[in-house]
Amino acid sequence: MRIELTVNGERREADVWAGESLLTALRDRLGLPGSKNACEQGECGSCSVLLDGRLVCSCLVLAAQAHAHEVVTVEGLAAGGELHPVQEAFVETGAVQCGFCTPGFVVAAVDLLRRVPDPSEDEIREALSGNLCRCTGYQKILEAVRLAAGR
Amino acid sequence: MSVAVRTLPRGRAETTTRRADAVPKVTGEFAYSSDLQAAGMLWGRTVRSPHPHARILEIDVSRALAMPGVHAVLTYEDVPGRKTYGLDFPDQPVLAGDRVRYFGEPVAIVAAEEPEQARRAAAAVRVEYEPLPPVTDPERATESEPLHPDRPTMGHGFRDDPRPNVIRSLVIRRGDPDVEGEVTVRGYYEVGQQDQAFLGPESGLAIPDGEGGVDIHVATQWLHVDRDQVAPCLDLPPEMVRVHLAGVGGAFGGREDLSIQIHAALLALRTGRPVKMVYTREESFVGHVHRHPARIWAEHRATRTGKLVAVRMRILLDGGAYASSSAAVISNACSFALGPYAVDNVLIDGLAVYTNNPPCGAMRGFGAVQSCFAAEAQMDRLAAALGVDPVELRLENALEPGDRLPTGQVVTGSLPTREVIRRAAALPVPEPEELPRDAIRLPGGAGNTTRGEGVRRGVGFAVGFKNICYSEGFDDSCAARVRLRDDGSAEVHCAAAEVGQGVTDVILQVARRELGTDEVFLASSSTAQVGSAGSASASRMTWMAAGAVQAACRAALEQRERRGGGEVDVERVYRHPRTFPLDPETGQVTDGDAHVALAVAAMRVVAEVDVELGLTRVVWIGTAQDVGRALNRIAVEGQIEGGTAQGLGLALMEEIQTREGVIANASFTDYLIPTFLDMPRVVSELVEEPEPAAPYGLKGVGEPPTVVSTAAIVAALRDATGRELTRVPVRLDDLVGL
Repeated sequence: MRIELTVNGERREADVWAGESLLTALRDRLGLPGSKNACEQGECGSCSVLLDGRLVCSCLVLAAQAHAHEVVTVEGLAAGGELHPVQEAFVETGAVQCGFCTPGFVVAAVDLLRRVPDPSEDEIREALSGNLCRCTGYQKILEAVRLAAGR
Repeated sequence: MSVAVRTLPRGRAETTTRRADAVPKVTGEFAYSSDLQAAGMLWGRTVRSPHPHARILEIDVSRALAMPGVHAVLTYEDVPGRKTYGLDFPDQPVLAGDRVRYFGEPVAIVAAEEPEQARRAAAAVRVEYEPLPPVTDPERATESEPLHPDRPTMGHGFRDDPRPNVIRSLVIRRGDPDVEGEVTVRGYYEVGQQDQAFLGPESGLAIPDGEGGVDIHVATQWLHVDRDQVAPCLDLPPEMVRVHLAGVGGAFGGREDLSIQIHAALLALRTGRPVKMVYTREESFVGHVHRHPARIWAEHRATRTGKLVAVRMRILLDGGAYASSSAAVISNACSFALGPYAVDNVLIDGLAVYTNNPPCGAMRGFGAVQSCFAAEAQMDRLAAALGVDPVELRLENALEPGDRLPTGQVVTGSLPTREVIRRAAALPVPEPEELPRDAIRLPGGAGNTTRGEGVRRGVGFAVGFKNICYSEGFDDSCAARVRLRDDGSAEVHCAAAEVGQGVTDVILQVARRELGTDEVFLASSSTAQVGSAGSASASRMTWMAAGAVQAACRAALEQRERRGGGEVDVERVYRHPRTFPLDPETGQVTDGDAHVALAVAAMRVVAEVDVELGLTRVVWIGTAQDVGRALNRIAVEGQIEGGTAQGLGLALMEEIQTREGVIANASFTDYLIPTFLDMPRVVSELVEEPEPAAPYGLKGVGEPPTVVSTAAIVAALRDATGRELTRVPVRLDDLVGL
């Protein structure tokens, strides 16, 4: 089936099969591999994207459900060659190691700061507890989100 | 053939605290092994055994081969060269022939146009099995049917142990282990099977070169040893197999062994098309080796004043179906069994066995994690029996330079055991939190299961240590190549695997410093460009890469000066001080040291337990770690914080559950790893006492936090509950009903 959607501000079309996830469509049909596939069942948050401004695991959304909707992926956050403040903060604080979880964390942190501009430590922990990181122990990610909030 | 394989970023880090690959990683541009694409690419898929032990009677691929989009279905018979491979011993079939020995063992491989077609074709391969009774109890393995009748690990200088299913048995005997103490404590401990659970699943892309050779782009820890295992199975000379590092989504030991490498290459060479393979998460749980489950019996004897006089331990590791690095893991478990304490009279009896459980091998901490859990519990028991402070008991017995390890090796490098103990013990712990409080700050957290009436608080302490670099005579080296250009810039080649730990930045930092220029570019890691770097393992990569890059830079500058300018291109191979095997009968050092260097960490933990619900909350962690010299403080802290989190996982939640050899929880829904809410802040004290044998005095830092944190966290739970808690992960039932 053919779907039409807006991805990172651009009108896009893709041929997908009925059982295909939005994540697969983004990665394998639309050339946007920034969203990662690590668990296929919504446990790790590596595939987090914004669907009509709402944070979702794109592995749990059918590609067909995104038809006529608007998607923002990690590739759509840096505008005009400038990193998004959240991305900048992740770089500065050392919140990136292997980086496989990073796109999901960045998208989820952008979503959090849009809803709660100055979150407490507990709010950050709870909001990002759906994203798994195996490298950092989360401490530098916490610092990154606080730094981004301060800006 | 046009190949859209992006190289690893070559950019210059603006400062040493900014990773060279951080920007492409935060924008989503960084190409991981699962992101690779090539024109005309097929998708590979693995057919796996549903049985932990079975004879294969027949494999029928005809139906799968006839399915739409399918280009190849290969079995054992299609492996052109050596039929088996292995990291240390080639005991593992590339594809199972007559017998499968573990749940999930590869039996056939499929290549098709679309991933879904490959999945369906794999399901259509008909394999007729005759299930056999699985050997699943490691304690009975040596009396069971031999799973490897040809005894692949014999003849490697290990102690002769003729019992079936012995991978390696090892005895370390020193002094008089029969000497009696005034106080004796005994314990039995178990460690469950932990998974590396790196987030980036096993994946890669094999591209035939049109001349019979193949390029393999893969997430791995050691490019050259991959090549050396792959080439004989493909019946190709090594230079016709080029292994290139693709972006690695975490490793932690789980990428030391091969996963997709031979399979993707076989399919690519058969079809003449690039073949991509990506494991699902479920497949990843059977697609790599795990941390060895352990059973440890320990007896500590001491004087009434707390001086250890003798320690006796028996350590049994379940190696699972294939050897992988089990022989080295059991050796490490035994070498560091006591913890960093000086004891004159020691008997350690170690055994790693084959079973039909999932194969085990390298995971961060490599045998020392299991031993530390047992040894530190024993130290706390001893302190309780003596009525002395557990920290004082550790200080009293601390192993320091000049003392001997149980193998007889004299500690000669830096080992500030007392300093890390003092520094960690001096870290102020936070005040107890009042009730009522927000549910998020209670055990059970957002589950909102309690108001905190049953919460008890405990403080724990532990010390752990292990070796840095490979041991026991392994000829370990790292190559680096430096090209100085006319314009003053430099290009560096090193096959060190960037697995997230930041070795890329170490290489750039060393080269900039040695060459005195910021114009340094690091080429992507490949077997085609430079000699072996060895493995990103054993807390060795920073040490070895720094040594190699330093040597190559200095040689390049010297050569340019000798020639009076112009371009130079120099490769150098760095070796750390040589090590020697242990005596196979006594476990004592022979012609020289068995270990290159040691690193120690101490940790203090505050935890809360809801004793009505069995739920836990780790409140605070403080640690002091011996780091030699920190080249990059943020990177070192990142290793400590992340390594601690993995130890927390083993203490509280992480275990691969098997039922008669079959994994029951192969998903992130059922195998839990710590989340943001599980992991408290970690206060890290870096103890910098330069290691004399190492470049710049540095030490590897990745493993000590994982070694010590499981033990320290469980000590805090014991303090909170008074329970013995002799098994990790600690289960809810172990904590309730006080």
